[in-house]
Amino acid sequence: MSLTFKPVGSYHQDFSFRNSEEAIQRFPFPFPEDQYMYSVNLEPATSRNPGSIFEHCFDIDEHYRSEMVERNRVLERDPRRCLVMPHMQTAAWDTLAMLMEHLSQDYPQWFALSRDGDQWQWQNHALGIDQRFTYGDADTLPCEPLEYIGRQVQGDFALLDQREGDLFMDAGIVTCPADWSLAFDAGMSFKQWHSPVPMAHQMGVFDRALKYLVNIQVGQPVRRLNWTLTINPRLDTSPETFHEWGSDRASITPGNVGSLVHLRVELQVMARLPRSNALMFSIRTYLISMDELVTQPAWAQRLHRVLRDLPDAIADYKGMTLYRQTLVDWLSQFDSQA
Amino acid sequence: MSGFIPVRVTDIRQVTPVIREVSLQSLGTALPKFSAGSHIQVLLPNGKRNAYSLLSDPLDTRHYRIAVRHQENSRGGSRYVHEQLQVGDELRIAPPANLFPLHNEAHLHILLAAGIGITPFMPYCTELLRRGAPFELHYAYRNCISDAYVAQLRDLLGERLHCYDSPQRRLDLKHVLSNRPLGSHVYACGPQRLLDDLHQQAASLGWSDSRIHSEAFSAAQSGQPFSVQLLRSRQQLNVSADQSLLEALEAAGVEVPNLCRGGVCGQCQTGYLQGDVEHRDHFLSPDEKAASLMPCVSRGCGQPLLLDL
Ligand code: FES
Repeated sequence: MSLTFKPVGSYHQDFSFRNSEEAIQRFPFPFPEDQYMYSVNLEPATSRNPGSIFEHCFDIDEHYRSEMVERNRVLERDPRRCLVMPHMQTAAWDTLAMLMEHLSQDYPQWFALSRDGDQWQWQNHALGIDQRFTYGDADTLPCEPLEYIGRQVQGDFALLDQREGDLFMDAGIVTCPADWSLAFDAGMSFKQWHSPVPMAHQMGVFDRALKYLVNIQVGQPVRRLNWTLTINPRLDTSPETFHEWGSDRASITPGNVGSLVHLRVELQVMARLPRSNALMFSIRTYLISMDELVTQPAWAQRLHRVLRDLPDAIADYKGMTLYRQTLVDWLSQFDSQA
Repeated sequence: MSGFIPVRVTDIRQVTPVIREVSLQSLGTALPKFSAGSHIQVLLPNGKRNAYSLLSDPLDTRHYRIAVRHQENSRGGSRYVHEQLQVGDELRIAPPANLFPLHNEAHLHILLAAGIGITPFMPYCTELLRRGAPFELHYAYRNCISDAYVAQLRDLLGERLHCYDSPQRRLDLKHVLSNRPLGSHVYACGPQRLLDDLHQQAASLGWSDSRIHSEAFSAAQSGQPFSVQLLRSRQQLNVSADQSLLEALEAAGVEVPNLCRGGVCGQCQTGYLQGDVEHRDHFLSPDEKAASLMPCVSRGCGQPLLLDL
């Protein structure tokens, strides 16, 4: 499938972001059943379904240019969205190498990489970039390696140092988080940064997940989907900007629910970085408005049932309590058995 | 397990009378990158499959180098490398995995090697020098027998290298571990005896376990032949004296996850429902041994085994 980019749409103020028909078709609807419960839904990140978001390890889609504009905007306002602790330099270069290798292989019409020892040349035709640099020497790039490549790839990246059988969030570039903050979580262990998640601890989900993650080997990445809801197609829902978006939740009415409420799905890929032994946690976010989602009748029916029966603690954690009933009522018109 | 990588033997060097170094080159594209402390599994033409630490520079993706010590009670792996392997031979390897990584936040790295246990520390030294990180290497060996790379290390490390040429000079763990700054981490690779001594000595000096990292160079040892039944696939397998249970399973097309093939990583844990087991691993707790075994090293004995496979 040939990849083309839409004209730049925005993820703030006028929110001109929209999905094309094709983008709706390939949206990763995350519910395999009519009910939702936490699980360690990890699977090997092998390529499947050509054209789907599961074809390539790092999915690039029609929103590429829009998302890169948004990344630059957020970083300009808050440079702390990119953070690399000194011991994570090797992991940052590892990330740059992994992303450049994958993108140039998977999307040769847009990205090209040529290497001669540590002399690298990177071309990004989508953004008009042609950069020669020395691998491992940050002075030969316009900025630090993680920020450099992060400004050219959709999705957020957290780099986790592995030591003492645990994972520590010691580096990352995070501009489209679902209500979490890299600056706040920096240096935390796996269980520390998951501590706000209700119910899952008691279920032992995190113990099992951690055991699985520390054993991920080079060349054997795994992935999972996660989801929440967001008002407006707003990518940057971080605690740092809560004052800008927190009150949106109170604005949902039966009249605007279809256009304002968005299902937000994260494709999370965890991959071992070969030189540093760090774990890369990539979080690629997809947004779809309710109006767009209900063009797929099976999705509309299932989402109605999932949200109607969701335990209150999870609904609270996902921040939808204020408008949940309005949304469920609106969705019920698409559920033949409701 | 992702795909095996075909490689060719490009060089064989006798490093000491009992240690051979083997250089491997990819037949296809570049070899995967790796981190210091990684090992690869080598599949030998005689069906044996062992894990060996990579000792080459992690930045070199054209060649991998491993060193193999001739084991007296070899099941055929090390003997094959020493007696039959030739330059030009083609082998297959599993991609690198790291069960013995550097601790990135250590303020001082203290490396303890005994004999062939020097291998994972070769890339450690390269990497730590490149990082400019403080470290020292304590290396115990027998002169002219297991003293691989001593001259090379002396050139590379200067005062950072401390040699213990036994029996003249013994490695004194208490001395090495005493009065160290709080951010120090110690890494040891050698026989189980060294690791046990280290843990004991470190504990008595108040070191927390999280600052001690070790890798045993244990591999499967031969034993008596035995037979096993597989519950789910309804197969019956005979395991010969110099074959591991894991190798027998693989030969029968039963894939079991595995990394170290030495009874330490925990990957190959397999349940059993009946039979007597000679447990030889360093992973399972006494409780777990009642229902699980590690087929990479452990063997059946007495009553026939019924595996949950
Ligand atoms: S493979 Fe590591 S314990 Fe068996």
